[in-house]
Amino acid sequence: MNAPAPPPAAPPVAAWPMFRAMVGIGLIGGLLIVTAFELTFEKIEKNKAEALQRAIFHVLPGATTSQPYRLADGDRFERLQGGAQVSKGGDRLVYAGFDASGALVGLAIEAQGMGYQDTIRVLYGYSPGAGAIVGMEVLESKETPGLGDKIIVDPGFLKNFERLAVVLDAAGTALEHAIVAVKHGEKRDPWQVDGITGATVSSKAVANLLDASVRTWAPKIVPRQADFQAGSESEVKP
Amino acid sequence: MSASSTSDPAVNRAVELDGPSPTDEFVKGLWRENPVFVTVLGMCPTLAVSNSAKNALAMGLATTVVLAMSGATISAVRKWVPSEVRIATFILIIASFVTAVEYALQAFSLELHKALGAFIALIVVNCQILGRAEAFASKNRVVPSLMDGLGTGAGFTFALLCLGGVREVLGNGTLFGADLFSERFQPWVIFILPSGGFFTLAAWLLFFNFLRKRAQERRTAALPVGSGAR
Repeated sequence: MNAPAPPPAAPPVAAWPMFRAMVGIGLIGGLLIVTAFELTFEKIEKNKAEALQRAIFHVLPGATTSQPYRLADGDRFERLQGGAQVSKGGDRLVYAGFDASGALVGLAIEAQGMGYQDTIRVLYGYSPGAGAIVGMEVLESKETPGLGDKIIVDPGFLKNFERLAVVLDAAGTALEHAIVAVKHGEKRDPWQVDGITGATVSSKAVANLLDASVRTWAPKIVPRQADFQAGSESEVKP
Repeated sequence: MSASSTSDPAVNRAVELDGPSPTDEFVKGLWRENPVFVTVLGMCPTLAVSNSAKNALAMGLATTVVLAMSGATISAVRKWVPSEVRIATFILIIASFVTAVEYALQAFSLELHKALGAFIALIVVNCQILGRAEAFASKNRVVPSLMDGLGTGAGFTFALLCLGGVREVLGNGTLFGADLFSERFQPWVIFILPSGGFFTLAAWLLFFNFLRKRAQERRTAALPVGSGAR
């Protein structure tokens, strides 16, 4: 094939007006974004903290006050000041919930894992006294609308987490039974999660992320229950 | 989006329309050039977030703000932007407003932001916004451009509500979250799923095209031959 005739030379384009337009608009756009960020930052942080705080009392039924704790030195829990805060950096936080008499109801713990579309982030309540998960709320998910997102609202599915057994082995370092999702209607044991028809992957994802999180936390929490004491002045009431 | 209609963009950009009033620009986007039912642009968010009336309304309003603000800004800077870099500049402006809107939405309601997911950020690539920037705002004065953006946004919101309302009622038995039927109604989950979006959109398009065709026939019948009804 012959080389095509060269296109007629384009008229030279002045670089300065283009540069000026792009950089100018970029600066204005940047300024706009920074302004919007600054104006909304506090409100967004407040919204996030409030959502988390609501979720804490939701996953720990019976709790009337809550207090954040940080895992320090890998084996001891240290009380933090203030209310619910979005976990920052490497801090691994748990939220202790106490009832009116000051007894520990349980701990609200954040966990995340891969779902069908994207990461699912949940908050669950673990009661070392009852040896069970006592509540779960999905904080963030992008599961399929109408199918996978039933993990957020399906009453039958959420009922699983009103009491889901967390049984430690004799040494207290591992789980006796893994938390697993089973097909809808086939739940036999208290550590099984009754899945949602049509949302198998999402149900399994929730069971798996809870399993992974409980495996890490329960052996640390059970021997250190005395770390969690009510009566601090920075407790948050609902 | 196709390239501009003449080979010399300078000629195109020099055209300063001096005809319709700002109100006309608003009404045009709402009805005669409705972005969903007539020009069929921006179908991705239309199908994706019209699964409930609330999502549809929020998405529609967010898009309206971006359309109006970016239209006005693009119109204001149109004489300083060389045509070679206009698309890049428009995208910069649109993206800045989208980011601002995303922050505002998070500050307003985290729940709503959660429900709309990635689609708020994806307003940047909604082709009707770049379409209005290229076809209108870059050739018109600020006020008509603002009205054009508001009108197109209102039309988009209206269309999303048409879709979202039907889909939520049939697919979930609720409207704006309020229960409409008793326990005996079995929701047609398919209407909330993507395929339901296509079905609903098709039904609305049929309906609006029927209306348009009938109006056109009436106009043709009423007017003498050759008077050029569109």
